[in-house]
Amino acid sequence: MLGKLTWSAIPFDQPIPLVAAALVGLVLLGIIAWVAVAGWLPYLWREWITSVDHKRIGVMYVLLGLVMLIRGFSDAILMRSHQALAYNAPGYLPPEHYDQIFSAHGTIMIFFGAMPFMIGLMNFVVPLQLGVRDVAFPTLNSVSFWLTATGALLVNVSLVVGEFARTGWWPAPPLSEATYSPGVGVDYYLWAIQISGVGTLMSGVNLVTTILKMRAPGMSYLRMPMFCWTALASNLLIIAAFPILTATLAMLTLDRYLGFHFFTDEAGGNSMLFMTLFWAWGHPEVYILALPAYGIFSEVISTFSGKPLFAYRSMVWATLAICLLSFTVWLHHFFTMGPGGDVNGVFGITSMIIAVPTGVKIFDWMFTMYGGRVRFTTPMLWSVAFLVTFVVGGATGVLLAIPPADFVLHNSLFLVAHFHNVIVSAVVFAAFAGYTYWFPKAFGFTLDEGWGKAAFWFSLVGYIWVFTPLYVVGLMGMTRRMQHFSIAEWYPWIVAASLGVIVMMAGVVCQVVQLVVSIRRREELRDLTGDPWDGRSLEWATASPPPSFNFAVMPHVEGEEAYWAIKQRAREQARLREEPDYEPVEMPLNSPTGFVCAFFATLVGFAMIWHIWWLAALGFAGAFATFVVFAWRDRIEYEIPAEAVARINRQNRASRLEALQQARRKEAA
Amino acid sequence: MSLLNAKGPVGADEANILVVATLIMLAIILPTMVVTLFFAWWFRASNTKAHYRPDWAFSGKIELVVWSVPFLTIVFLGGIAWIGAHRLDPAVPLDSDKKTLRVQVVSLDWKWLFLYPEQQVASVNEVVVPAGTPVQFILTSSSVWNSFFVPRLGSMIYTMRGMTSQLNLMADQEGTLHGLSTHFSGDGFSDMHFPVRAVSDGAFIDWVQGAKVSPVLDTASYTELAKQSIADAPRTFGSVEPDLFRRIVDQTIPKGPGPTQGAENGAPPNVKPKGGS
Repeated sequence: MLGKLTWSAIPFDQPIPLVAAALVGLVLLGIIAWVAVAGWLPYLWREWITSVDHKRIGVMYVLLGLVMLIRGFSDAILMRSHQALAYNAPGYLPPEHYDQIFSAHGTIMIFFGAMPFMIGLMNFVVPLQLGVRDVAFPTLNSVSFWLTATGALLVNVSLVVGEFARTGWWPAPPLSEATYSPGVGVDYYLWAIQISGVGTLMSGVNLVTTILKMRAPGMSYLRMPMFCWTALASNLLIIAAFPILTATLAMLTLDRYLGFHFFTDEAGGNSMLFMTLFWAWGHPEVYILALPAYGIFSEVISTFSGKPLFAYRSMVWATLAICLLSFTVWLHHFFTMGPGGDVNGVFGITSMIIAVPTGVKIFDWMFTMYGGRVRFTTPMLWSVAFLVTFVVGGATGVLLAIPPADFVLHNSLFLVAHFHNVIVSAVVFAAFAGYTYWFPKAFGFTLDEGWGKAAFWFSLVGYIWVFTPLYVVGLMGMTRRMQHFSIAEWYPWIVAASLGVIVMMAGVVCQVVQLVVSIRRREELRDLTGDPWDGRSLEWATASPPPSFNFAVMPHVEGEEAYWAIKQRAREQARLREEPDYEPVEMPLNSPTGFVCAFFATLVGFAMIWHIWWLAALGFAGAFATFVVFAWRDRIEYEIPAEAVARINRQNRASRLEALQQARRKEAA
Repeated sequence: MSLLNAKGPVGADEANILVVATLIMLAIILPTMVVTLFFAWWFRASNTKAHYRPDWAFSGKIELVVWSVPFLTIVFLGGIAWIGAHRLDPAVPLDSDKKTLRVQVVSLDWKWLFLYPEQQVASVNEVVVPAGTPVQFILTSSSVWNSFFVPRLGSMIYTMRGMTSQLNLMADQEGTLHGLSTHFSGDGFSDMHFPVRAVSDGAFIDWVQGAKVSPVLDTASYTELAKQSIADAPRTFGSVEPDLFRRIVDQTIPKGPGPTQGAENGAPPNVKPKGGS
């Protein structure tokens, strides 16, 4: 009846995951109880869970990303503190547990921390920057989000029911085949990634369609803000690369479930095939994350320098070059499998070439600050820190692209330090820069700058503190994923890295405190104009938070930096634009389709992991039925009357006019 | 830092490439970091002396430099990559007056087996080589992937079932070096390290003679050895069944069996260390 699932699947003998999960469970139950008692459940259901508004979905994506970043960080704390206690000693995590921790750390950080964060920001910002009312397929967007949440849920369920993969975050065969990993760990990985991968792919289709087909009048490609360009490139990569991952994991699933031999090294199978397919997705994935990050830095640096982005067209070319070249570098993941001089030489060079457009971007950001009036707000601090630390990660990346250097550094902690150096400084710094930068747009008040800066400095110092020792110990020949070690000269560096984690932890705490303090001080931090940073692109042309329809009338774009031009004219003429003729707006109806689909998808995933075939069939049937019900719907839109649109827009115009006059008075004084 | 203090020609060449490439890149990134911080500081909003140019957003000359600098750096480093990839290809034999010693390597769960086809001996979790003699390792795996690496000698290489890889290394001087697996292979991975003893030619012959009295490595004892175990103490085999290595590669000998029991409760059984380490 319940397949492989029995009481012994719950690790009663392992206190750490059980207590941790119990605590998380209690907190979650507490929050749900609190929400229910306060009577907010109907509100949550109506306004958030069933919402198809790209802004709400974006906010939920970012929230999921934030929670999962903390979850992944707690794995990092376990790993670093365990290793500090594992010199000539067993540490406190047995291998079978330690192996799950580092596998979960990588999986969660990439798939459920970084990806939702970046997709969330793109979801929230791109339609606003393009001057449109929503993404191309709003309900699909909701389905994408909830399927991603399903994946995150399944990974976390593995803490208490069964186990997670013990194979590392890419489940390389033969280790991940049923012979060597007979447990359910790899299956948790496979189903969590497959289900959330469907969500990611649909999200990619959605955003590409939005950018190609739904821009405001006058918004030609070469007038789009840089973030839209990088979002376009990133989502094109999602469409091109994620199907490879899906197919690869499907083949591994067939191997494990039905005894196929794609990757078993028997009956014509070959485990190297998995590696090449996985990294054909895996390396573009790096740029799927990095490209939107580059977009965020472009927006932030330009805004807070009070200047347009330097060499905009050059930046567009660099973005597209990275998009294409990202598919030519994957082979550097197996220089050390002995492919020979010619293959290694060619792919060493292609791996380096991608550093050219990236280098161009660095220089162009630098010159964006040149001649500017740089305001050191929290988002700008993250951006400058990115510029300075990212070049180190870039340089060690080029170093690793030289095959003979990779022959001694592959899989070492030097490599671990390298990719954390690039991913943390690009993606995580960008995530927090973007979070602080667009938070007032989403909620109508800015985040507390004092706590934000404290979070920045602790995170920056902690990050340098953790990864510099790992570079050093990698040069001493220490490899990754060691549960214990006995080399005396590695020991002090491992301890040093662990101490750095404490500093990073302070950064995480400040980040959380910042949010709490800001919510409590929201009336002081309120921004009525909708343009708290003196922004340059269209998202700042509407109220904060924007009304559900984003723009009362579609903006007309007459050049690069659409909003900056409008604002300059208003400043020169000391008055706002003429009030437009308001018309009723039609917006898509909310729909529980996404949530219900994800509920059934969770059943499918859980049932397939535990071989509960009837439940899996039920889940598939339920998800399909949900889709049919949605497809048969009669009403798809509702109308917001012109008077309501006018009322909302006039409110914002009044605030903006007041701000404009205040600025004039200040200038005159 | 052991990688930069190599004990063999391959490692020394690789250390050299590491240092040269790092210096070239430092020449680019250090000025970039300094100028970035300087621009950010000088053009701070409160600095009234800095000239504000709100519309300055393009300069053809700067763009030319901006594209050329990374491009030229990559052309130069790409040359190093191309030449290095060929000269230091692990499959290329090393130049030496001495005859190359052949060692066949099999990664097992979770230990290393070294076969000496010419000497007809074998060892587990310890490899003994004569210093100053080039060694050609031919590697495969009985089960999952591993990667064979002796940091002070240079290049690592993967071991994969059903395939062989080749690695040529040489130790310059006598001494004991640390070797390890660098590709994660399961619960016993952290104990897959082994001493590499580089000894004099005479001591090597003595070691081979000493090993001759050890038990035989035949199909039966290999099958036993291929079972999962952690932290096996080093030991030797006095003779090796002919063609054993070829049969491991051809897979005419059963693969490493993996965890011995099923996994009714979702988690495979755990193997406890045997001692050693």
